[in-house]
Parts: sequence; C-alpha cells; structure tokens
Amino acid sequence: MKEKPDVLQGTLALMVLKTLDLLGPQHGYGIARRVEQISGDLLAVNQGTIYPLLLKLEHEGSIDSEWGASENNRRARFYRLTETGRKQLGAETRDWEQTAAIIARFFNVKAEDLG
Amino acid sequence: MKFLRRFLIRLANFATRRRADQRLQEEIAEHLALQIEENLSAGMAPAEARRQARLKLGAAEAIREDHHAEQSLPFVENLFQDLRFAVRMLLRSPGFSLIVIATMALGVGATTAIYSVIDAALLRPLPYRNPSQLVRIETNLPGVGAHDVGLSIPELRDLQSSGIFQYVSFCFHGSENVTGSAQPTHIAGATVSPSYFAVLGVDAALGRTFDPHDTTAGSNGEVIISDGLWKRAFGADPHIVGKSLRLDNDQFQIVGVMPAGYRDQGQTSAERGTELWAADGFSDTHAPSPMRGTRLQYQTIARLQPGLSPEAAQARVDALVASLKKQYPADYPPQAEWTIHLTPLAETLVGNVRQSLIVLFGGVGLVLLISCVNVANLLLARASARGREIAVRQALGAARTRLISQLLTESLLLFVLGGITGFAVLFCARKFLLQFVPESLPRFNDISVSWGALAFAIVVSVAAGTIFGLAPAWLTSRLDLITTLRQEGRGSNGSRRRSGLRHALVIGELALSLVLMVAAGLLLRSFWDLFKVQLGFNPTRVMAIETTLPNPNDPNTDIYHTAAQESIFLREALRRIRTLPGVEETAVSDTAGLPLGHGQSDLRPRQLIREGQDLQRSQPPLIDTSIVSPEYFHVLGMTLLRGRLFADQDLEDTPSIAVINEAAARMYWPGRDGKGEDAVGKRIIVRSRSAKAGWTTIVGVIADARTESLADAGVPQMYFDIYQRPAKFLALYLRGQVDPAAVLAQVRTQVQAVDAEIPVFRAQSLDDVLASSLSVRRFSMEMVALFAATALLLAGLGIYGTISFLVNEQSREIAIRLALGAQRRDILKTVLRQGLGLAATGTGMGLVAALIVSRLMAGLLYGVSPYDLTTFAGVTAVLTAVAIAASYVPALRAMRLDPITTLHAE
Repeated sequence: MKEKPDVLQGTLALMVLKTLDLLGPQHGYGIARRVEQISGDLLAVNQGTIYPLLLKLEHEGSIDSEWGASENNRRARFYRLTETGRKQLGAETRDWEQTAAIIARFFNVKAEDLG
Repeated sequence: MKFLRRFLIRLANFATRRRADQRLQEEIAEHLALQIEENLSAGMAPAEARRQARLKLGAAEAIREDHHAEQSLPFVENLFQDLRFAVRMLLRSPGFSLIVIATMALGVGATTAIYSVIDAALLRPLPYRNPSQLVRIETNLPGVGAHDVGLSIPELRDLQSSGIFQYVSFCFHGSENVTGSAQPTHIAGATVSPSYFAVLGVDAALGRTFDPHDTTAGSNGEVIISDGLWKRAFGADPHIVGKSLRLDNDQFQIVGVMPAGYRDQGQTSAERGTELWAADGFSDTHAPSPMRGTRLQYQTIARLQPGLSPEAAQARVDALVASLKKQYPADYPPQAEWTIHLTPLAETLVGNVRQSLIVLFGGVGLVLLISCVNVANLLLARASARGREIAVRQALGAARTRLISQLLTESLLLFVLGGITGFAVLFCARKFLLQFVPESLPRFNDISVSWGALAFAIVVSVAAGTIFGLAPAWLTSRLDLITTLRQEGRGSNGSRRRSGLRHALVIGELALSLVLMVAAGLLLRSFWDLFKVQLGFNPTRVMAIETTLPNPNDPNTDIYHTAAQESIFLREALRRIRTLPGVEETAVSDTAGLPLGHGQSDLRPRQLIREGQDLQRSQPPLIDTSIVSPEYFHVLGMTLLRGRLFADQDLEDTPSIAVINEAAARMYWPGRDGKGEDAVGKRIIVRSRSAKAGWTTIVGVIADARTESLADAGVPQMYFDIYQRPAKFLALYLRGQVDPAAVLAQVRTQVQAVDAEIPVFRAQSLDDVLASSLSVRRFSMEMVALFAATALLLAGLGIYGTISFLVNEQSREIAIRLALGAQRRDILKTVLRQGLGLAATGTGMGLVAALIVSRLMAGLLYGVSPYDLTTFAGVTAVLTAVAIAASYVPALRAMRLDPITTLHAE
C-alpha cells in the first residue's frame, strides 16, 4: 500500500477538519471545493483522494457521517466534526502555529544576529 | 488511542467482510454530478463538463483501492489470500510437500528435543525462591594443591556474621538407617545446618522447617521428611508432626513434611532424591571449643543479601579473607594461599556436563541447518519448474514484493507445518526418547516437552522459513520475463544465478555434514579408547552391595564402635555370604572403595602427614583414602608391586598399616631417581574419626588402577585395613556367578541373620557401574553419531537431487551430444565429474571448519588428538563415497538417455 507523502496527508486532513469546523456538516464535494477555493491552485490534488482520507478520519473518530439530501435534493453523505475532532483540530492548530512560528524565526535570522 | 480505534474498526470490517464500495460509488457519483452541474453553469459543453469533472476527480480505480485499503486491513487480506494459495499449492504436489515437511520435522524435532534437555539442565532457574541469590561456597588452598577443603566452625561463623549472606548452611548428603519398623529401611538423608531451608527459601507443606536461628551445638533432635517418605512409610498420616522416628538408634522428632514437588539441591540423582533432613549445629559436643584449623568437609551453600551480585559478594569475601589472614597468621600460612570462592549454585549443579550439552546443541543445530539447506534446495528446484507461472503472473502486473511475499508465505507454511509435525512427534515419543537420556544428567527429572518447547519449535521454524525461504523467493521473482516465456518449458537456462545458489547450498550441506561427522568420529574414538582402557582392576563378575552400620550421635550406644567390635560382624557376614550359590570370593570396603561409584560428599580426600615433613613450612597434601578388607585387592584384581598387602594377623592392636598405589608413591616419595622405590616402610598420619593416634606404616605399593576416574590412571590412593580402622558406610563385594536379580535378597538374609537391624541395599555389578560412569559420554557420542548419520543422509539426498536436476536440465544437450556420436562413458564421466566437483569443494570447506570445531571440543576428547588424521581421512572418504554414489544414479540415467525420445519430447 503506497502512502502519500506525510506532510500532504497531514495538512489535507487538517484542512478538512478546519473546513468542517467553519462551515458545519458538508458532503465530500463541498469539502473538496472549499479546500480548493481556499488553497487556490497551489494544492494540486485530485479531488477523489479526499474520500479515503474522510474514511480514515471517520475511523479515527474525528468526524462522523450520515446520509442526507444535497442541494439538488439527491442522496449525499454528509460529514460533521465530532467533539474528538474539535479537540484534535485545536491541538493540531496550536502545533502548526508553533511550528510555523519556529520556522519563521529561523527564516528571519540574519548572519549578523548570530555573531 | 485514535490509532487503536482506527485499527479496531478496520479489524472488525475485515472480520465481518464489510465493504464500503457501495457507499463510495454513490458518493463519487454524487460528487461528479455536482461538479458537472457546476461546470455546466460555468458554460462548458456537456461532454467537456463531464470530462473535466472526471479529470478533477482523478483515477477512480486508485481511489477505490485506497478507500478499500483504508476500510480494511490489506496486509492481512493479502496474507490470507497467500495462505489460501499456499495451501492449494501444497496440496497440488503432495509428494514435494511431504518431503519438505518431513525434513523440517526431523530438523526442528531433533533441535527441540535437545533444547528440552538443555532447558532443564542449563536454562531453567533452580526451583527455589530467588535462585540467583544462591551460591555455593568453596574454600581452596591452591598453594598446596588442595581444592574444596571445607570450612571450620569459626570460619562458618565469620561468614554468617559478615553481612554478605542472609544465611549460610552446611549440608552433608549421606544416608540414614530408619530402624524400629518391620524392615529396616535405608534412605537418602542429609544432615544440614538449621538454616538450610532458609537458604533455599522453601517452606514445609506440613509443620515447619528448622529455625534458622537455632544455635544448638550438635543435633537438635529435629528431622523433616519428604512427601514421598511421608506417604510411603507413614501412610500420609496428617498428624505426623511431633511424632518420633529412630535413625541409626537415635531418637528424632518429625517437625515438618516438605511439599510434594520438592527436589533437594545436589549434583547426583541420589542427592536430589533426599528424603530426610536432620538439623545439626556441626559443633562436636564431645570436643572442646571448635578450632579454626579444623575444617569440616561439608558442602556449604548460602543465600546472598538481596541486591548483592555474586561478583560484588565475591569482592567482599576476598576482603574478609584478607583480614582473617592478617588476624590469624598461624592458621592461614601465606604459602597455602587460602581463598574462598563463590559459585552460583545453578552452575555447580550442572558441572562438567555443560560442555557435552553445548556440543550436542551445536550438533543438532548443524542438522537443522542441513535440513533447511536441503529444503531451500528443493524450493529452488521447484521454483525453476514454476518459472513460467511466475513469469505469467509478473506479466499480468503482479508486483515483485507481492510475488516474494507469496512465495515466502508458501515456504513459511511448509516450514511451520514441518516444525509443528516435529514437535508433535517429539511430544508423542517423549516417554520413549527419555529412556535414552542418562539419568545421571543434572536435573534429569525436570526434562519435559513443554509449552516452552513448542514456542521454541515455532520460533525456530519461522526463523528458518524466513531465512531459507527468502533467498529462493527472491531469486524466483527475479525472472527475465521475455526469455522465460519464450522458452516454453524447455527448462530455464536463464536460471544461472539460481543454479549457482543451488550448488552453493549443496556445498554448504556437504561441508556441514563433514563437520558433524568429524565431531562424531572424534567422540566415538574417545569413547572407544575410554571403553577399552586398561582399567588396572577387573570388574567382571563382581557385584557390589551396600550396607550401612548404625551411626548414632552418641558413641556409647554404638555397638560397632571399635574395629574389633565391627570385625566380628564383618567376618561372620562375609563367611555367610561366601556360602551363597555361585559366590567364589568376598570382600568389604567403605563406600570410598567402590570403583567409579561414589557421589557421597564424605568421600573427600584427607590430609596426609608424612614423617619428616616440615609442617611449619608447608601444608600437608590431600589424598584419597579407602578402608578395605584384605581380600579387596584380590577380588578386584589389583596387583601388588612391592611390599605386602593386608593380612589376617593385622588387627586393631597390631601396628597400624597402609597400602598406597604407585601414583601416590611417585608423588609423595619420589626418591632419588624419581621412581618412588622407597615408599615401603615410610610412616604417615592420616586423621579420621576411626583412626588411632600414632604413626601408620606403609607396607605395600599396588599398581595404579582407574578406580577414581576412567580418564585418569594416576590419582594417588591410600588404603587402610578395615580391621584396624572401622567404617560405617560399607560395600560388600561378591565375585562369582551370581544371579543379579536374587543376590540382594540373599545377601540381605545372610547379613540380617547376623544383625537384623542392618539394611542392605543397592546391588550393582561393577560392569554396570563402569557403564553408567560413561553414560553421559555415551549419550553425547550416540547423539552426535545419530546427527552425523542424519546429516550424511540429507547431504546424500541433496547431492542426488542437485545432480538429477542438472541432468534433467541438460537432457537436451546430452541428447544432442549422444546423437552426434558422443560415447556414453563420456557422458557418465561428465556427470560424475560435476558431482565430484561439488563433493571436493564441500569436503575442502568442511575440513577447514572441522579443524576449528574439533579444537573447540578438545576438552571432551580422550586419548585422541583433535586433529586425528585417521578420523579426518576416514570421514572424508565416507563422504566422498556417498557423494559419488548419490551422483551415480542420475549419471546412469543421463548415460542411458535415448536421444530420439528426448529430442522429440522437446
């Protein structure tokens, strides 16, 4: 079984969780659309990869899913954030911010600062 | 936590075969529909809208695969699929499977069997509380060449109060006469310090053990009995505690019964089977205050303080020894180099058997290795036959890793089935096989084929299957697709790498077999040399029967206290025994006089003081002593070299005399020319309980005999006359044509006609004693020989298989050659040459390895050099002969090949 690179997989999961947090229950297409919109064209992932990921998050207990009706009144699977997912999102957001802050500091250091 | 949750859900999905395909398909359909709508509203043409939507979604099949992988456990699924396939393959070629399973069963079964023995003897901790705290204490005087000289009471007290040990205990395994019942019985009993069971950390099942803080000087009158004795002699009386018991005419009180599974610590099976323990303070009540220099030759065991390693304890003991030497310089002369040595108890109980067992394990390991090599070879051979199948699978897109894991699953299945079969056979035959294990092996009773052995068998087969299955799988999956598919079953010439590996395997197999055969050959020769050794005494037609005179603690109640008292009994008993049918001659000695048969710890050497020796400057040496009747030397066929033997006129009131063997004469009275001629007439003192004060004169020198050890002829020995020095633990000897089954009862009747209180037990012929003294050697020799034979068989099969395979592969070439007019003899020669080439390389490598191995096992050899030319040459010849014979059959087949049929068949 081939894994996608970890960073991508991890970030995509975080994006999905954040999207659900912001917009409430969404179906797969809606999530994919939103991720695409927010990240612009920078993230060139196939939209389909979101489905195995959603299943994984569901197995992990971060999200929940149930059948519902979509905008055009067809059957669609709706995903929503669970309490566990919300906690996980919070923890991961903090981690990300911390990492980003550290990396940013490294990038801002100039040679003379180290002298 | 979330990983666990995810894993459990996937496991559940896998188990219930729940699929999410339906759901995914619906979701994707919906996804596409939404995307198409959006594309349409953005103004795309319907066809383009659909195409773009699909492009954006990505490869649907890959998504489905990923989704499915997430839903379930793909690794396990694959494994199951592989297993199903492997079972089908196994059933499709039952002959092949059977051979592989049988070979592995042999290898793993044999290894597990030896593992079970080693597990009991070496690996399993002793069955006492915190066994790692238990040590044996030995005191040595290396300066005078004296080993294990024992401790004196003041020394024992020093150790007890040193803070290094929780408890220190003397113990003396002997035997006791239980009298007062209808038939006097004789049992293995031990006299121990009251702290004995506190050292071992074992509690009584009924009653109590001794109080470790008891300070009674002598016997405190308490005994503890074994569960077996309790049931046998006392009918499992629940109120046994507090009842009394007579031992050697002394009255004792039973204070406890040990648990049913309890086995005493000890080196011999007699010691481990001890049934009665009597507490003793070991300070003689009849003697004044104990002297520091009076060493008691008992075994000493101790329990270390918690948290103290044996090494740390040894360091503290060394410091204690140094300070004692400073404090009592008169008792510890510096040239004696008094030392105290601690050894973990578990080690001392195994003793010298360790090396034999390690050689056995090495041998069986080689057998296992050879079986694995053979199976790997078979797997490779089959792999060539399956080349097309593999190529087709690869062409259809099977990933290489999947192919390898599949082939590996197949070989693992075979190996594990083989291992389990081997274990099952071993388990069913365990009672039968145990007969071949000598009982003298340490912890013989602990040998069992247990869960541990099953785990061992499975681990070994999985490891072997992985190692020896991986290479064939690797090579098989590495096919040149086009060539293989084009060849259309014409045999694969593209498998040069594989045939290279096959040759290497056969060569390895031959080399390993040679190593085993050399080891077996050397052990066999050692054993044979020992067996055929000039004993110096004649054991044939001699029976030895033991008896023990009462040995009460109070000498005033001893009716056999003096030699004169004892001689009346002995002469009458011997006279009566001589009247038994078939008996020609009789003699008696103490149990130290029993050739090769002693394991009792009272048979330690004694200090030998020679007249004229300066005791201030050197410690007296130690010498083995036996007390024998005058006829002893004649019954055992020992020859007098100089002087005279004991005679009837030597009695208690005549001057004390002794006989020594030549080794003693040579060592202690080397004389001017070093030949020991002047020993006769020399005067000595050897103290013992029954010795009179004053000098003893040496009257005779006998030829050396291997009565101490078969491997060593030159152990100094000294003999005293039993009519001058009484002894309690006796062996009666009968030479003649006696019925071994009836003799014990006959002798008992005669002895008890003289004194009805005296037990008579353990009749054995000296030939049996001789055989059992060789039993561990015989066992390891037989086992290694068996392993070598197995190895030879497997190597023969291996070379046969490889040459047959070569002939098959080259049949087309051979047929063409024959068609072109090649001589059939030449074909035969060519094939044989291939076999011989393999054999030559294999034996060459094997010889080098055998040289290394034989040097490692030099300690187990007797009378044969580890580089014994005859053995090496003989083994090489045998192996080469087998290799030629094994190649001859396929070579004949090649020679008789019919070119027309063969070429047509292609």
